[in-house]
Amino acid sequence: MEIKNLTCINCPLGCAIKVEMDGETILHVKGNTCKRGEVYARREVTAPVRMVTSTVRVTGGTLPVLSVKTREPIPKEKIFACVQALKVIELLAPVHAGDVVLKNAADTGVDIVATKNVALVKS
Amino acid sequence: MESYEIVIIGGGPAGLAAAVSARKSGIEDIVILERDRELGGILNQCIHNGFGLHTFQEELTGPEYARRFVSQVEELGIEYRLNTMVMDISPEKTVTAMNREEGLFQLQAGAVILAMGCRERPRGALNIPGYRPAGIYSAGTAQRLVNMEGFLPGREVVILGSGDIGLIMARRMTLEGARVRGVAELMPYSGGLKRNIVQCLDDYGIPLKLSHTVVDIKGKERVEGVTLAQVDGQGKPVPGTEEFYPCDTLLLSVGLIPENELSRGMGVELNPVTSGPRVNESLETSIEGVFACGNVLHVHDLVDFVSEEAAAAGRYAAAYVKNTDKDSERRAGIRIKPGEGVRYTVPETIDPVRMEEKLPLRFRVDRVYENCYVSIYFENRRIFHKKRRVAAPGEMEEVGLERKELLKYPHLKEITVRIEEE
Repeated sequence: MEIKNLTCINCPLGCAIKVEMDGETILHVKGNTCKRGEVYARREVTAPVRMVTSTVRVTGGTLPVLSVKTREPIPKEKIFACVQALKVIELLAPVHAGDVVLKNAADTGVDIVATKNVALVKS
Repeated sequence: MESYEIVIIGGGPAGLAAAVSARKSGIEDIVILERDRELGGILNQCIHNGFGLHTFQEELTGPEYARRFVSQVEELGIEYRLNTMVMDISPEKTVTAMNREEGLFQLQAGAVILAMGCRERPRGALNIPGYRPAGIYSAGTAQRLVNMEGFLPGREVVILGSGDIGLIMARRMTLEGARVRGVAELMPYSGGLKRNIVQCLDDYGIPLKLSHTVVDIKGKERVEGVTLAQVDGQGKPVPGTEEFYPCDTLLLSVGLIPENELSRGMGVELNPVTSGPRVNESLETSIEGVFACGNVLHVHDLVDFVSEEAAAAGRYAAAYVKNTDKDSERRAGIRIKPGEGVRYTVPETIDPVRMEEKLPLRFRVDRVYENCYVSIYFENRRIFHKKRRVAAPGEMEEVGLERKELLKYPHLKEITVRIEEE
């Protein structure tokens, strides 16, 4: 049996939750003081996901970097692989919010998209 | 002199929402003055997600949230001037500003909406001993450098203060390849959101050291390390608890201060607790026709509430300009008193005749309370008593007051908001 310790993020109370696991099976969820805490804890120990936001380089634009995000949350363990894949990308201005910057980032099946417009610098 | 019905000072989330709502309330003649190169204010550098859950029922990043409002401003044809710094506003509402195209110029405003936002408390406000080496940044400055200018300000980082910007930057610097050695927080609790503690620190194994502060900064040209120490109940460092952290960068996330130099200059009365203007139900300051909203009024946690507040300021300013506010004579109004456990309220007075049907009364508690009650007293009579499982200084509280309720008490002089424990 393994115990995973979590802090609930649903409200400022921040309950310390203990989840007893037997391999992949959840035996008990303890320490939460409401239903939302249990739902959070169950998801967090089985398949934690996160949105990833970062920046990529742009040339010829009004800004040197462009803000981007994963279109959907991705598995937590893929965060660094995702950010690594963005490091080598260099875009040409103009870029529009919603443009796909990287398809299927780090084999998550999720695209990374621009969250901002970067206009072309008028020379 | 050029004149406008409404001049809005600042094109961040507050200024944008105020402009949109004033236009929708029928005011054609509006201008936004913004000192940065684009509209959107601080949202432009907040590239993380989590904005807009209340307003749009979806989670947006800062730039996306800003875009929603900037698009509306553009569709409605609202005029704005970028790279424009407002230097002075006179009590008669003459706005003096400058930019590179027009030089120094003046605008006469029918109404002014103050939406200048806030800025970060700097190192100078903290009395940390040590030299003044390179490598000490406020968290927001580092955020702008990383997210908008494309620079990483350091590789080995310690953060002082666990406000949300500090937490967000702990994750951001980590993702960019820096090593964040820890976050020190003077208080025994964090002022940041739980979600940020989990997703910005715990996810990356970054320690949060509560009741700790920086007692020394080592390095003459560049930061070489900082010494952290535990503090006692009075915030004094405990001898013997010092620990040295080698690092090249110290980020400060130690509070935000509403930026009210212009307000003060024109004689607007400020509240020493919020450092923002004192306002009535119309979000109108002590000067008639001058309104305030967003972080210049009081520092908010969520931009959604800034937009909501600013939209109200826009409507009230529009009513003032059109002279449709029911009764242009200013009455003293009902005084709202922060009682036990409450640090301040916005607004501070309410005239039930001029208020909208429903008015959000916003306030902050003075410490963390569990299983407490938020109570509202009309004079000595308790008329609202609602349980809160938890109330914390880091999360703004809100209670809705209804106009029809208040009109039932024509002689009411004072309303008190209190936190009551079981």
